[in-house]
Amino acid sequence: MSTIPLQHESLAATWRLPSRGRIGMASLIVAESAIFTIFVVAYIYYMGRDVSGPKPHDVLEVPVFGTICLLSSSFFIWLAEHAIAHGNMRSFRIWWAITFLLGAIFLGTTAQEWHKLITVDHLTVSTNLFGTTYYSLVGLHATHVAVGLILLLTVLLFALAGKVQTRHSERVQVLALYWHFVDAVWVVVFTLVYLVSR
Amino acid sequence: MLWNVARSCCLSCAALLVWPHWPGNIFSTSSTPAREVHGLSLFILVITGGIFIGVASLLVFALVRFRHRAGDMTEPPQVFGSTQIELAWTIIPILLIIVLFLGTARVIFAVQDAPKPASALDVTVIGHQFWWEFRYPKYNVVTANELHVPLSDPQAPTPTFLKLTSADVMHSFWIPRLAGKTDVLPNRVNEMWVDPHEPGLFLGQCAQFCGTQHAKMLLRVYVDSPQDFQRWIAQQQRAQQSGTPDPAPSPQGPNLGNDNPAAGVPPNTPPTRGEIAAQLKESSDAITPEQGRRVFEEQACMNCHTISGTAANGRFGPDLTHLMSRATIASGIVPNTPENLRIWITTPDELKPGSLMPAMHLNDLQNAQLVAYLTTLR
Amino acid sequence: MDAPSTPIPSGIEGALDVTPQTRPRATYLEVLHDWIVTVDHKKIGLLYIGFALIFMVVAGLEAMAIRIQLAVPHNSFLDARSYNRMFTMHGTTMVFLVGMPILFGFGNYLVPLMIGARDMAFPRLNAFSFWVSAFAGIFLYFSFIGGLGLAGAGTAPDIAWFAYAPLTERPFSPGHNVDYWALALLASGIGSIGTAINILATVFCMRCPGMTLSRIPLLAWIYATVSFLVLVAVSPLTAAQVMLLIDRYLGGHFFDTQAGGSAILWAHFFWIFGHPEVYVLVLPAFGFANEIIPVFSRKAIFGYPAMVAATVGIAFISLGVWAHHMFTIGMTSFGNTFFTLSTMLVSIPTGIKTFNWLATMWGGKLRFATPMLFSVGFLFQWVIAGLTGIMLSVSPWNWQLHNSYFVVAHFHYVLVGAILFMIFAAFYYWYPKMTGRMLSERLGKWHFWLMIVGFHLTFDVMHIPGLLGMPRQIYTYEPDRGWTLLNQIVTFGAVIQAVAMAIFVYNLVHSYFAGKAAGPDPWDAWTLEWSTPSPPPAYNFPVDPVVASRRPLWDLKHPEDPDSAFE
Repeated sequence: MSTIPLQHESLAATWRLPSRGRIGMASLIVAESAIFTIFVVAYIYYMGRDVSGPKPHDVLEVPVFGTICLLSSSFFIWLAEHAIAHGNMRSFRIWWAITFLLGAIFLGTTAQEWHKLITVDHLTVSTNLFGTTYYSLVGLHATHVAVGLILLLTVLLFALAGKVQTRHSERVQVLALYWHFVDAVWVVVFTLVYLVSR
Repeated sequence: MLWNVARSCCLSCAALLVWPHWPGNIFSTSSTPAREVHGLSLFILVITGGIFIGVASLLVFALVRFRHRAGDMTEPPQVFGSTQIELAWTIIPILLIIVLFLGTARVIFAVQDAPKPASALDVTVIGHQFWWEFRYPKYNVVTANELHVPLSDPQAPTPTFLKLTSADVMHSFWIPRLAGKTDVLPNRVNEMWVDPHEPGLFLGQCAQFCGTQHAKMLLRVYVDSPQDFQRWIAQQQRAQQSGTPDPAPSPQGPNLGNDNPAAGVPPNTPPTRGEIAAQLKESSDAITPEQGRRVFEEQACMNCHTISGTAANGRFGPDLTHLMSRATIASGIVPNTPENLRIWITTPDELKPGSLMPAMHLNDLQNAQLVAYLTTLR
Repeated sequence: MDAPSTPIPSGIEGALDVTPQTRPRATYLEVLHDWIVTVDHKKIGLLYIGFALIFMVVAGLEAMAIRIQLAVPHNSFLDARSYNRMFTMHGTTMVFLVGMPILFGFGNYLVPLMIGARDMAFPRLNAFSFWVSAFAGIFLYFSFIGGLGLAGAGTAPDIAWFAYAPLTERPFSPGHNVDYWALALLASGIGSIGTAINILATVFCMRCPGMTLSRIPLLAWIYATVSFLVLVAVSPLTAAQVMLLIDRYLGGHFFDTQAGGSAILWAHFFWIFGHPEVYVLVLPAFGFANEIIPVFSRKAIFGYPAMVAATVGIAFISLGVWAHHMFTIGMTSFGNTFFTLSTMLVSIPTGIKTFNWLATMWGGKLRFATPMLFSVGFLFQWVIAGLTGIMLSVSPWNWQLHNSYFVVAHFHYVLVGAILFMIFAAFYYWYPKMTGRMLSERLGKWHFWLMIVGFHLTFDVMHIPGLLGMPRQIYTYEPDRGWTLLNQIVTFGAVIQAVAMAIFVYNLVHSYFAGKAAGPDPWDAWTLEWSTPSPPPAYNFPVDPVVASRRPLWDLKHPEDPDSAFE
């Protein structure tokens, strides 16, 4: 009331706080990182402990194509973020669609890989420790890609309907943050599963 | 409230002094690792007790001195903090922790990294749901639930080193007066040692929840004088006689009985009423150890239990070769008497519901014969 | 200087609030519908608290069943399986369905009010989190009647609250008991993570003008820290539950020791969650103490920056101490030494907190209303719990004490003596804000003294059977061990506590209808929630408040000596 010093009135006008979308997504990423860490630890812990095959070296092929697709999608979503921030809606739609497509291709290569592992190499979750840890770790990541794709597709449909505007730029950036995280996780998973343990 | 705290502290001290020889008192030790832990624990108790007295007196003083007086309408002076004082109560605890930590680290290394003397006895402990198996590899002795270890002379120590593993789930081996506990895990071997300085019986039990009958997975350790221990080993090394030449058919014989579905017979009561058993009827009514042994071998008993010197070599249940040398049955829960044996064989769930020993649904005669046989396994 | 009893200036909401406070009376159906679809942080907070109170009564009854069974050796009140179910459900319920929800409930209710916000950052996520947690609770209890059969043949989990592998694997736990446990905790974990994200975003993004991070009430700092801990600690539990379910449903081998899996890995994963979880529960209790002790000492909190640093310090240290639950599992001497040291380090920040509370009281004018009584009880008991904690951190002694009743007594000292006592204090302190009515002080004093006597009878004495070799989680014991009399005293104390709880519940219900009207600021307190009417309107503040110090209402009440002059 009368005791509130006047200076605060001016403070109210300049009072800035971080965006809750970003903080919320950053918190979610912290939690997700903890989940992935546990699966990665389990993978490392059981690496090479199997007494019966198939072993990673015998059955895994390095998924170069899928990896390139997924990692480059991070670049295209960055272009899309940039485009929407500058109101360039046409290029936003194009970059966004390319991102979605690359993500979908990645998921396709994973599906193909699993199909081969199951039908040709007879490796399933219950075969051995490698099977258990491999399918859970890669599957956990693939689940995140799938969730990301659904979100990307939702935005894409809205964008094609012309409902996404520059004022949604921040929301798009929050979603892009998630997509970058999914890509970053793949770098870890890829290095561990296909380079270190193979 | 303070009164409560003080009273309960006194009560605990009293409890530990008045009952120094309750079987599980960790302050009444008779073996080296437990004794070292005991010394350390007194050291910790003194320091933490000192801290408690210090903090509690400050708190009580504040509660009494700074009470609000009736009619006082003023607010006290507002103090927001003091760097010096806060530094003081950061640094003093750090110093205390250094002392506590160094004292602790010494005992950790002394106990865990103790060298194993050549005179040490090796025992393998295998935890099962819900009993203990003990193996003496050097003497080729296998027993269950009652561990015998030699008394150790401080001049020429003969400690016992235990290798612990589990056949199923996690257990924990704990004899409070001899040593702290060590978990018993499947797919892993843990080690611990005891160096007992006092003969006698020491009680303990499984200390890691392991299923339905975790509470009745008791543990008995006998510390024997070296002579007694050697005598016990020699006795345990004897195989049981396989009995008189057996008129019964070869081990696969009883299975024929399974094909004969007699009315009213439970499914796992196979052979005795079968044709072959019928041939032996005249002699099988006698309650003799020989008949009991036949029941033992013809029923599923021998699938789970070993009796050395006979065909029985199951590994799932306790080794029964010298059953009568043990004071208790079913992992220490009841005295080893013929009556308890009979109850245990007939209805294990009566003594230990949820134990993995199945009720075999034998008839009274067979049970009596079995007991007659088991009581000969000395 | 204002007399404490003077009604404070109606404060920051000022004369602008012309919204009518009374509405036409709604039908029961409308009220019910309103509570189910609500996204108001205060209503969700109350839903959390109500939900937790119901489960507190249920888990309390389970505790009574446990105590009755242990009153005499070889008792047959419960059979082995039922007893194992009782302590599993008691532990799981108290941690996941009582402790976390009740603390989240208070957080939901108080954090936005205290930082001058109108709601949480994500109100709909908030409602989602609550209903997922509520579903988890109901799902877990469905196990008593569901699964393989109806009443009497239910499959409640009987695997202890830490559910060590491989007991939880199919060969040792056929049926659905473990599935109920794992799925319920998975769902409750998702709810907790959602709320944690929400609280973090609220504290960082919803503060009113002037409410810098160095001015938010300590309770808000603590809830932000707790939420961070939930993110990094509950997530590993969620991951471990997923692995357990993969083992049980897809034939995986994570914890299947027969196929090379490891029992120790589960223990690590569980305690990486389990130990920070203790701080997730105890830090909000510290937060309540940070708000209540200053108000009833009539002094500002001593050493605000040190308190914040200690809170964050506890959170970080707590992430590196988990294996002190595993000193007996066969770690190397180096591992045992490391975790002994890291565990002892926790006592430094907690020591700072304890001494700062003491210094807050020092030189004050202490008023022993019920919230303060419970806070003093908390201080005593917290000191003792901390000291027995140091004893347990000494790994050689831990080899003796681990999994004994000494441990049970120690963590109940923390969970009941510290956390539950502060929850009671919080109820007496904020109930007037939530309902507009005071809780009865007379019943409150009865509640407090019975609770103190019952608590100390139960949990002081419970240390001793542990020292005499009594392991935890046993459904019965041998009469020759010297544990009988001690267990009888413990059971007697538990009965007294049950009576105290009954008085408390009666007080909650009775005062709602017949309590004295509270007014906006019954305790003459200083944080923003007391500037709103009791109960606050849905929008909390008609205009965004603007603050200049940590104690905005102190500045209002003491214009001659405002805190803002010192900050």
